[in-house]
Amino acid sequence: MKEFVCIVCPNSCKLTVDDDLKITGAKCKRGDDFAVKEMTSPVRSVTSTVRTVFAEMPLLPVKTASEVPKNKIFDVMRALAGVTVDKPLKTGDVVLTDVAGTGVNVVSTSSVIIDG
Amino acid sequence: MTAYDVIVIGGGPAGLAAAVSAYGEGAKVLLIEREAKLGGILKQCVHDGFGLIEFKEKLTGPEYAGRFIEQAAATGVETRLLTFVTKIEKIADGFVISLVDRSGVSSVAAKSIVLATGCRERTARQVFIGGTRPAGIFTAGTTQHFVNLRGKMPVKKCVILGSGDIGLIMARRLSLEGATVEGVYEVKSTPSGLTRNIHQCLYDFNIPLHLSTTVTRCFGNDRLTAVEVAAVDEKMRPIKGTERIIECDALILSVGLIPENELAESIDVALDNRTRGPICDQNCMTSVPGVFSAGNALHVHDLVDYVSDCSRIAGKSAARFAKTQSKPERKLTQAAFDKNFLYVVPQTVDLNSDLSAVSVYFRSGYDMKARFVVRVNGKEVFSKRYSVLKPPEMEKVVLNLAEALKDGGKPEFALEDVTKLG
Repeated sequence: MKEFVCIVCPNSCKLTVDDDLKITGAKCKRGDDFAVKEMTSPVRSVTSTVRTVFAEMPLLPVKTASEVPKNKIFDVMRALAGVTVDKPLKTGDVVLTDVAGTGVNVVSTSSVIIDG
Repeated sequence: MTAYDVIVIGGGPAGLAAAVSAYGEGAKVLLIEREAKLGGILKQCVHDGFGLIEFKEKLTGPEYAGRFIEQAAATGVETRLLTFVTKIEKIADGFVISLVDRSGVSSVAAKSIVLATGCRERTARQVFIGGTRPAGIFTAGTTQHFVNLRGKMPVKKCVILGSGDIGLIMARRLSLEGATVEGVYEVKSTPSGLTRNIHQCLYDFNIPLHLSTTVTRCFGNDRLTAVEVAAVDEKMRPIKGTERIIECDALILSVGLIPENELAESIDVALDNRTRGPICDQNCMTSVPGVFSAGNALHVHDLVDYVSDCSRIAGKSAARFAKTQSKPERKLTQAAFDKNFLYVVPQTVDLNSDLSAVSVYFRSGYDMKARFVVRVNGKEVFSKRYSVLKPPEMEKVVLNLAEALKDGGKPEFALEDVTKLG
């Protein structure tokens, strides 16, 4: 038997997977999916920042467009450390493609606003 | 002096939602923000988990703020950035607000005001820790500001005191950026933050959570060099012999948030000593007619989605108040609630105003399985069962009290602890 706390939403459901792989405790289906992934190949979204050349906004917040394998989190962080944004971007624009070989893009979560 | 129907003070999520909804009611609206950009604290909350209720998707703080900034930009809401409110004065039919910005001092007038001034972190001065006062002791929000907005790492190895959500989020953030988080210490026997944050921010990064343990002393002259931690008894007194010294260069505090109501107090808005925000009615109107309170200034929320939700009520009500020529007399009745609640908002209801959809927000005083019951004149009018209620997790119910309160009376809220009944 294994226990998890679902991190999909603030409900934080306590999930139990028994020896026959039966999942109990989830208030919605996303919890069941989360438990299956935690048992097989755990994934996480990574949110962070990258440097920019703009004095008004020295950092741009970014996220992985979808989840990446949990054991790749620090590889993603190392890849982001090498990025400097030098042109204005909008929310959702791609900052880095196929980050750390995960096949996932890193996208901007804010617009670079430069006021004169 | 420019006159508005509604002036909203504070351009974070509460102010943005209030301004947009006030405008939607046909009001002429001014939104005042002291910083250079709208979005409030969400600008530095680069992590995700926002918007699951409001937008049915998982957004980061800047994305959530961005959607409301776009909504506001699509309306005729006027915005003044880098503008600070220094004074509010009551006049015959509204208020005069004194401002200071880069062009100097000026005044604007409003028929109603929404105070969306947010909350502030409890600081090191407000929690009792012995020892020296070196650099390196700061709040989780300050750390977040340095790391996420300025790109400065203020920490190599730190201890976090308090298990509030911002502290947990910063434990993960600092770990990702290469710092060592020695542990999170919580004086209470239960964590303050959301359970999922304990898991995804601490356990994912092998950061231990020490409950019933606190920081008792700081060491260092110019910069913090170490802290002393100790286990505490049930009265939160340090237990002799359990002290442990931890070398670190920073102590990060995540020990609670307090609604910011300096402006509210300056115009004699009555505050609730439980929420530390204004006492309000179902329209978010405070004890001063025409003054409304929204978001974390009203009471500290754990989800921004509920901030937006309650601020829309405040904005809409403020617009209606401004646009009504002959204002109906308020008939306020105090709501009653039992000792199992930490607090209930609203604290009063206006019997002369709409009672068909009263949003009630509450927190339990401790972890329990409970039945939430509303009675009017001793008669049960609503009940809901909760398999688990925890103080860190706010609950919301929308009640139709129109019928029950049509002949007067007051709502009585009860939390029946059914934990022992199984």
